[in-house]
Amino acid sequence: MEINVLLFELALTFYFIATIAGIVEIFRGKKTSSRLAFYLAATGFLFHTANIIVRYIQGGHIPVTNMHEATSFFSWCVLILFFFHELRYKLGLLSSFIMPIVFLLMFSASIFPREIKALSPVLQSYWFGIHVILAFLGDAAFAMACGIGIMYLLQERFVKSKHLGGLFQKLPSLQVLDDINYHLITLGFPLLTFAMITGVIWANSAWGTYWRWDPKEVWSLITWLIYALVLHLRLTVGWRGKKAAILSIVGFVIIIFAFYGVTLILKGSHVFM
Amino acid sequence: MEILVVGLNHKTAPIEVREKVAFNGPKLEEAVNILKTSDVVKENIILSTCNRVEIYAGVNEINAGVEGIKDFISDFHKVPKALLDKSLYIHKGQEAIRHMYRVAASLDSMVVGEPQILGQLKDAYDAALQNKTTGMYLNKLMRKSVSVAKRVRTETKIAESAVSISFAAVELAKKIFDDLSSKSFMLIGAGEMAELAARHLINSGIKDGYVTNRTTARAEELAHEFRGKVVLFDNFTQELRHIDIVICSTGAPHYILMKEQVHRIMKERKQKPMFIIDISVPRNIDPEINDLDNVYLYDVDNLQGIIETNIQERAKEAEKAEQIVDDEIGSFLKWTASLTATPTIVALRNKAEEIRKSELEKTLMKMGPLEEKTIRAIEQLTSSIVNKLIHPPTAALKAEEEDKEQMLGIIQKLYNLQIEDDNDKT
Repeated sequence: MEINVLLFELALTFYFIATIAGIVEIFRGKKTSSRLAFYLAATGFLFHTANIIVRYIQGGHIPVTNMHEATSFFSWCVLILFFFHELRYKLGLLSSFIMPIVFLLMFSASIFPREIKALSPVLQSYWFGIHVILAFLGDAAFAMACGIGIMYLLQERFVKSKHLGGLFQKLPSLQVLDDINYHLITLGFPLLTFAMITGVIWANSAWGTYWRWDPKEVWSLITWLIYALVLHLRLTVGWRGKKAAILSIVGFVIIIFAFYGVTLILKGSHVFM
Repeated sequence: MEILVVGLNHKTAPIEVREKVAFNGPKLEEAVNILKTSDVVKENIILSTCNRVEIYAGVNEINAGVEGIKDFISDFHKVPKALLDKSLYIHKGQEAIRHMYRVAASLDSMVVGEPQILGQLKDAYDAALQNKTTGMYLNKLMRKSVSVAKRVRTETKIAESAVSISFAAVELAKKIFDDLSSKSFMLIGAGEMAELAARHLINSGIKDGYVTNRTTARAEELAHEFRGKVVLFDNFTQELRHIDIVICSTGAPHYILMKEQVHRIMKERKQKPMFIIDISVPRNIDPEINDLDNVYLYDVDNLQGIIETNIQERAKEAEKAEQIVDDEIGSFLKWTASLTATPTIVALRNKAEEIRKSELEKTLMKMGPLEEKTIRAIEQLTSSIVNKLIHPPTAALKAEEEDKEQMLGIIQKLYNLQIEDDNDKT
C-alpha cells in the first residue's frame, strides 16, 4: 500500500470513530459533554495533513486536481475551522455536528480514484493555488455555518417547546450559535468573492476569456447570491436566528450540489480532465 | 472523647421555637464561652442560622454531655426543657459525625444543595476558634466536614441546577443570551418572585433595568432599589423595543401584551431575541406570543416544570453524596482510632524485644557453650533493662490527654516505628 493511501485510510478511520463518538455524545443523557470526539478528530487530522503533504510532494502542486483530492482537501479545510472554533469558543457538542459532515466528505473522497495526476498545462498558474485555497476555505466556512445552523435549530426548538433536557444543557446558548453562524458567513462570503475574482482572472489567463458560463461558474454565482441575500436580509430586516440558520443550511446544500452534481453530472472546466 | 450533636432544625421545630433558641450576634460569643467553662463539655461549636440551631461538642461522657447541653440551652434562653425535648435531636459518635458532614454538604438543608450553609458553618467555627472553645477533635472534624462538602460539590451535581423559579428564569436567560452584561430587563408590576428574578439578573451582571407599575410610586421605589429607570405604565410597550428580558407580574385580570404588539416590537428591534417571563396568575401575556420567531415566552407553570425536574435530579445526586459521607465517616473513625496509644506501645515493645533477642543471640554465640542457669540469668538481665527503659514512655503515652497525637508522632519517629495508618492527613 502506498504511504499516502495508508495515511488517508487512517484519517478516514479516525474521523469515523470521532463521528460515532460525537453521535453517542448527543444521546448520552449527561449534562456535561466529553471531548473524546475532538481528540479522535485531532488524531485523524494529523494523518490527514501528512497525506496531503505526501501528495503535494509527489504531485508537485496542491492536491486538488481530481475528485478524491478535492473532497479530501475540502474536509481538511472544514477541520481547520472546526479546531479553531472548538479551541476558541469551546462550544458544547460542536464535534457531534461537524464531524459527520467531515466524515461524509472524506468517505465520498475514498470512493473516487486516487491516482496522482500531473497538473494539465492549462491549470499551471500561480492563481491556481490562491483560487482553490480561497474557494475551499470559503466552502468550509459555509459547511461550519450549516453545522452551527443545525445546532441552532435544535436548541431553538428546545427553548420554544420548553423541553430542557440534557441536550439543551450541553448545546451552547442561542446567542452564541447565532453570532458564530453570522461570523462564519461573513468569513465565507469574502473568501468566496475573492475565489471568484481570482478564478475569473485565472480563466482569462488560461482561456483568454473571463466568464464562460461554465456550470461550475453558474452555480458558484448562485451560491454567492444566496449568501449575499443572507447577509442582506440579516442587516436590513433582521433575518437572524432561525431564518438565518435555515438559510445557511440551504446554502450549504446548494454548495454540495454544485460540488458533486456539477462535476459528476454536468460537465465543464472544473471537471478534472 | 466522644462527639455529640444536640440541636434542632426546620424539620423538627417551627420558626416560633427556632427563634427562641437562636444564638444571634453577641449572644453566640457569650454562649460558647459559657459552654467552655462547663465540666462535661470539653470542646464546643455553636451553629445558629435561620433554619437550625446546633451545638457540636466533644464530651467525656455522653449522657452527662447531653444533659449538660440541654440544661445550658434551657438556662441560656430561659426556655422550659419540656419544650426543647419535643424539638431537639441528639446524635452521638458516628451519627454525630455523619450529621455534621451532612449539614456541611447541604444534604440536611431545606433546599438540598444550597451553598450558604457551608459558609455559615465556617463562620460558626471561626467564632469558636476566636474564643478557643475547640480542641483536637472538633478541629479535625470541622476541617474534615469542609473537605467532605467540597468533595460532594465537585463529585456530584447536587448544586448544579436551579431549584427556584427566579433562578431557573435567569439560567434560561443565559441559554438564550449567553452574556447578560449588554442586555436590559423590564419589570412590569411587582411581586416577590419577579423582584427576586430581577435581583438574580442584576447579580448576573445585566446592564440596564427598567421598572413600570400601575402605581408610579411603587415603580419609583423598585427603580431606586434596582438602580433602574421608571417607565410610565401607559407607554411601557413603546419602551419594549430596547428591552431583552421582560418579567411580568401584575394583578391584571387580562392580557396586557398582545401578539400583534410584540410582532410590531420585534420588527422595530430587527428581530433581536426577547425573553418574556410571565409570573402572573392569571396570565398577563398572550400565550400565542411564543409562536413568534425569536420570542421566548415562559409562564409560571413552565418554570415550575423545569425546577421540578431539577429537584428530582438533585435527589438522585444526593444519594451519591450520602455514599461519599459514608466513606468519609470511616476515614474519621480511623483517625480517632490512631489516637489510641495501644498500637504504638505494642510496636515499641515488639521493637525492643526484637533488638533484645537478636543481641542476646549474638552474644550467646560469641560466648560459646554455657550453663542453662547462666543463660537464663543473662536473659533476665536483658529483659529487665529493656522493660525499665520502655516503662516511662509507655506510661506517659497512656496518661497523656492534651497532646497525645503529637506525642505519638514523636515516639513513632524517634524509634522509627511503623504503625499501620492509612488515614489521610487533611
